[in-house]
Amino acid sequence: MNDTTTATAADTSAAPALPKMRAENVNVFYGDKQAIKDVSIEIFDDKVTAFIGPSGCGKSTFLRTLNRMNDTIPSARVEGLIELDGEDIHAPAMDVVQLRARVGMVFQKPNPFPKSIYENIAYGPRIHGLTSSKSDMDAIVESSLRRAGLWDEVKDRLDESGTALSGGQQQRLCIARAIAVDPEVILMDEPCSALDPIATAKIEELIHELRGRYAIAIVTHNMQQAARVSQRTAFFHLGNLVEYGETGQIFTNPTQQRTQDYITGRYG
Amino acid sequence: MVDRDTHEPLMSAHTLKAFDEDLDQLRALISEMGGLAEHQIRESMRCLTQRDVEGARKVVADDAKIDELDRQTEQRAIQTIALRAPMAGDLRDVVAALKISTVVERIGDYAKNIARRVEQLETAPAIEPLSLMPEMARIATEMVHDVLNAFVERDAETALRVARRDQAVDDFYNSIFRTLLTHMMEDSHHIGHATQLLFVAKHLERIGDHATNIAEMVYYAATGGMMADKLERDDTV
Repeated sequence: MNDTTTATAADTSAAPALPKMRAENVNVFYGDKQAIKDVSIEIFDDKVTAFIGPSGCGKSTFLRTLNRMNDTIPSARVEGLIELDGEDIHAPAMDVVQLRARVGMVFQKPNPFPKSIYENIAYGPRIHGLTSSKSDMDAIVESSLRRAGLWDEVKDRLDESGTALSGGQQQRLCIARAIAVDPEVILMDEPCSALDPIATAKIEELIHELRGRYAIAIVTHNMQQAARVSQRTAFFHLGNLVEYGETGQIFTNPTQQRTQDYITGRYG
Repeated sequence: MVDRDTHEPLMSAHTLKAFDEDLDQLRALISEMGGLAEHQIRESMRCLTQRDVEGARKVVADDAKIDELDRQTEQRAIQTIALRAPMAGDLRDVVAALKISTVVERIGDYAKNIARRVEQLETAPAIEPLSLMPEMARIATEMVHDVLNAFVERDAETALRVARRDQAVDDFYNSIFRTLLTHMMEDSHHIGHATQLLFVAKHLERIGDHATNIAEMVYYAATGGMMADKLERDDTV
């Protein structure tokens, strides 16, 4: 039985017309080892797409192909087509720095620059030349921090170091930093795994609010989190996309035995 | 158990063994409730045909046991949802157990109501429809028995067969209804106890309906699909 084909074929029929990003027959190799096997998937505006699966299933590797983060790993090789708004992201004309501004990323461990809170946000817009004046920059910093739900907590100490914030605040700072360059897609790789439940809830609420403006793809180990924040869920196993569909359907009535085993805790 | 399409084992064990124990306990509670409900229907019908008023009182009193098991099942199901956060087939199972428990409790109430009518029928003359009722009760009881086994075994095929058998119970009811009506029209002295018997037949008919409802829940828990869709597909073939 070819799980991948079944899952994607069933999925496209139910999905809206124009995907924000589309991957077709993507393979990823680390040296001789194949980490992603022939994955085809579409992700959409106004939707949070969760990638779930056991450790080593390829979900993070796949997420990183969406803004060519794997380019930074010398042994990594990506095959297949990945499109952003119908544009091939591997095309020679595609500027990878511009691509990563359009497809932002938030990592597992909050990684603010060892600079002030203000500078953490201002850095991206400055190098991308998005502002011409100090007041423009102030406006971007404020609106980014507001959208990340952090403004009220930091507005009186924008000059303090970003690393002095709590873990949850640091992560929201990183989300504000991603938002500051006005991206179209935000990729999140385990954004809450280093956070306590309250900080996690705040990030989840933030994801919920950001959904209207950006297409969001999130990798998570926490299936409850996938169920809580996403509208679509993709289950990866051993480099294959086993099943992709509406989150409600995946968690109540998955079509594939391997999905069922994983989400009910029978994997292994 | 084996998946009918893939022939793979349907439900392997959880990595967390305590989760399996919780689910097993839920199944055991439903099994125990079902066994009691079957016994109550049989006893109430035996008391009715043998005019055993004393036995009927015991049936009425024993209904409290089913109510207690219903409470235990509900608590266990809510606790399992809270502590294990069940997903997919597990979630469907737990929700089914919660709903089935309520329905079995109601089936118990019908057995109790049948038993309550025994006293009023103690002095009634023998009338013919009474001879049909044990057979009707046998089918209804068998439906309850089979459908609860189907739940424990996650057996969608048996659930389908149970649902299809409900027609036999309905046919019995219609036949008994017409016969009792004739009796009442022939002699108005019969109206009192014929009405009591009509209620008994109605209770049995409702038990069949409830078994069918359980069959639908079992089918959904086991397959994730709707039984109505399946029956419709089968009918059009």
